[in-house]
Amino acid sequence: MAIESEVLVIGGGLAGLTSALSAAREGADVRLVSYKQSTLRNASGLVDILGYTPDGEGPLTDPYEAIPDLPDEHPYSTVGLRTVKEAMGLFDEVVPNYQGEHTETNALLPTHGGTVKPTARYPASAAPGLASDDRDVLLVGLESMVDFDAQHVAAHLENAGVPFDVRGETIRFPGDLRADAKVTRYAKLLDTNSEVPVRGRNKMARDALAERVNPLLEDEERVGLPAILGDDHARSVRAALSQKLGAEVFEVPMGPPSLPGLRLEDALFEALDEAGASIETGNPVADFDGEDRVERIYIEKNGAKIPNTADQYVLATGGLVGKGIESNRENVYEPVFDCHVDNAADRYEWFENDVFGDHPFATYGVATDPDLRPTDADGDLEFENVRAAGGVLGGYDYAAEKSGSGVSLSTGYAAGQSAAQEAL
Amino acid sequence: MESAFEPTEPNTGEEFEPVDVFPDSDDFDLRPGSDSCYKCSTCDTNCPVAEVDDEFPGPKFQGPEQWRLKQSEDDYDIDDSVMDCSNCMRCDNACPAGVPLSQMHNTARGEYVSEQMDHLSIEYWRNRILSNYRTSAWLASKTPRLANFAMNLGPARWLMEKTMGVTKEREFPEFATETFREWWDKRGAAAGSKERAQAARRERGLPEDADKKVAYFHGCYSNYNTTEVGKAMVRVYEHFGYEVVVPEQGCSGTPMFANGMLEDARRHAEVNVSSMSDLVDQGYDAIASCTSCSMALRQEYPELFDIDGIDDLAANTFESIEYLRIHEDIREEIQAAEVSGELADEFAYHAPCHSRNQGLDRQAVELFRELDGAGIEDVGESCSGISGTYGWKAEKYEKSMKIGDEMFDHMEHAEGETGMTECPTCAMQMEHGTGYDIRHPLELVEAALVDGHAV
Repeated sequence: MAIESEVLVIGGGLAGLTSALSAAREGADVRLVSYKQSTLRNASGLVDILGYTPDGEGPLTDPYEAIPDLPDEHPYSTVGLRTVKEAMGLFDEVVPNYQGEHTETNALLPTHGGTVKPTARYPASAAPGLASDDRDVLLVGLESMVDFDAQHVAAHLENAGVPFDVRGETIRFPGDLRADAKVTRYAKLLDTNSEVPVRGRNKMARDALAERVNPLLEDEERVGLPAILGDDHARSVRAALSQKLGAEVFEVPMGPPSLPGLRLEDALFEALDEAGASIETGNPVADFDGEDRVERIYIEKNGAKIPNTADQYVLATGGLVGKGIESNRENVYEPVFDCHVDNAADRYEWFENDVFGDHPFATYGVATDPDLRPTDADGDLEFENVRAAGGVLGGYDYAAEKSGSGVSLSTGYAAGQSAAQEAL
Repeated sequence: MESAFEPTEPNTGEEFEPVDVFPDSDDFDLRPGSDSCYKCSTCDTNCPVAEVDDEFPGPKFQGPEQWRLKQSEDDYDIDDSVMDCSNCMRCDNACPAGVPLSQMHNTARGEYVSEQMDHLSIEYWRNRILSNYRTSAWLASKTPRLANFAMNLGPARWLMEKTMGVTKEREFPEFATETFREWWDKRGAAAGSKERAQAARRERGLPEDADKKVAYFHGCYSNYNTTEVGKAMVRVYEHFGYEVVVPEQGCSGTPMFANGMLEDARRHAEVNVSSMSDLVDQGYDAIASCTSCSMALRQEYPELFDIDGIDDLAANTFESIEYLRIHEDIREEIQAAEVSGELADEFAYHAPCHSRNQGLDRQAVELFRELDGAGIEDVGESCSGISGTYGWKAEKYEKSMKIGDEMFDHMEHAEGETGMTECPTCAMQMEHGTGYDIRHPLELVEAALVDGHAV
């Protein structure tokens, strides 16, 4: 016996969640398994489609316009422009508190490093920070959060030529927090509006924070803080602060671990739960049975191998960072099904010497047929019932192109839909 | 002079082939785990203590960072904040790099307690008594009515807080007047179970000698307190045609790990591994109904002790419903069933932290959402806050309740006014915070599938 489903998705990131969601909405009995908790909490929460072409042209105004000109091996070319748009439609439908769907053009958002980033969808909490808005901005950093140096970020933005005045100030977060307090600690204090000690008196956290920012505010209409403004009650935290400051408060998305990423993770898992899928995290897929078809996979728990069977499988295990693609001294490989990954025989050809060069390894991943089924070195199917989505795919450099989320969403959407149609 | 390494052009040559400096090791060397940490801090965002406690440095420090500090200084003292870690083990499930965080915490805490803690202190003895709950429960079970009366007596509790630091805010759990093992013996023990299993196999059209046998690790709580959980396990397994045996066993060690009492834990582990692994050799699988017990047998034992048979036991231990999901079509049986009577209810379900690493946190919700006559709602992913003995300590009581606040809140907003969880101490906390009755998923499976389950 085994734990059974019709479509089994391996991977709990954006691609896996989208595959599972689209398969479940087709009516399939779906199960999603992930080695560990979703890594979406490492993501900024910004959802990009395409910011730059593979040749480095950009920032692009309209990502959809550039998609038809992408090389054949690019995952966007595999699924096609229409699928990308449909996938974005699914995202807009199931994820609340996001903006950007009103237009096909990219928005420009300030990052915590002070650059301006082209992106397609962004959390509502970041929306008032748009770089195309001409209202002046005060950025407020926290002494203990060295990842966001407000003065430095302000200077960078000014140099980037943003159409507004921007200033940076740094404060101490009220209360006796540790110098290395976790982002969840700030969020919890603001969510619950707990009392914090300020010069011997207890004050509500939201009031105390607003009181530290207020004297620094001149006539800016917008105030940006690092993305720590609440978790479960982020909207009311921001609304309360905006009201107390008389200026629109926004969050600047931060590096990992990231609250906007965490909120996105929660929203997608909730949608998947509502769609009736089964979800299991905590242990890796260690083995499988099957030759032309995958018959079953085994999840390993401390030596116990738990069999899981399905009619169709989606491989959404991520790329080099997510461990969906691994390497040793001889080879680059895909560890779950050992799908073929094209790579240079000499490992010194995997990279360029220039740090920011055009590294071949960045595009390493599995190649597929038009239905996203991985193919071997000869172009034949590895398995007839496995599809791949997201970072495990080759043929694109998500970091340089700013295409990671869009590729995950669109290939996840297509793989899940096709898997469900095949299974039903 | 020619430099040995030319950074712009790789010049490793044919004679130079780098080797693994620290080859993977099979023993308890934590270096590979420590080296795997790339400081993403995801573990810290999962720590329920760091979310409410401004003194606590979080799992990344307690684990890989403290491990490194220990290597760099001979006289490095383990930071005493390790005692504020509640051993919820959520960091394990969070780490994308597979760093064995709880193993690091457990070893550091063990070292702190054995080498740095004053063994004459009240804290040491309080922790030791709390973590040896089985001994107190065994004693109380001799005169359960007297124990139930005396343990919750106001003045006695005041005295316990003042002298021992055991919070007086909590109600002591009630002791059953008949232990699970007493019930089991009366019912005919293994021989009786074999007969009933064979009858069930006949009914299911299975061969009478089908190889379906399990060894039940009931743990302390199902034996002394919530015996209905142990009874439900036996009846449900017999219903599916399994012969159940109930081997000799001690405490799983869970409260001892959390208190750094590794020697006590080892003593119990030796008993458990010896009796359970003999049965595993004979083809039995080990089943636990408490997710902390199954966690201990599966993960903490092989991570902390080297006892003959310990890896085999870990690989053949399962949580009670998980095992049925793998080997039986329990999903279909539940879909076809309708529950009536006392358990035809709406449940506010909380997944214990220790169910998470085992991938079991959604199991009850996914199974019971397809059951007619009962409803189930997940009350969210927060920790209950009690973490076994943690919330019983006077100095940690408030912190424990602060962590639990989110769960209490979600429970109150859930439709049901009965709680459900697999973990006995989460159940205590749920009851303490809301006043709800708390049931175990096995009880609902029993009510749905087993005819005349009161027999």
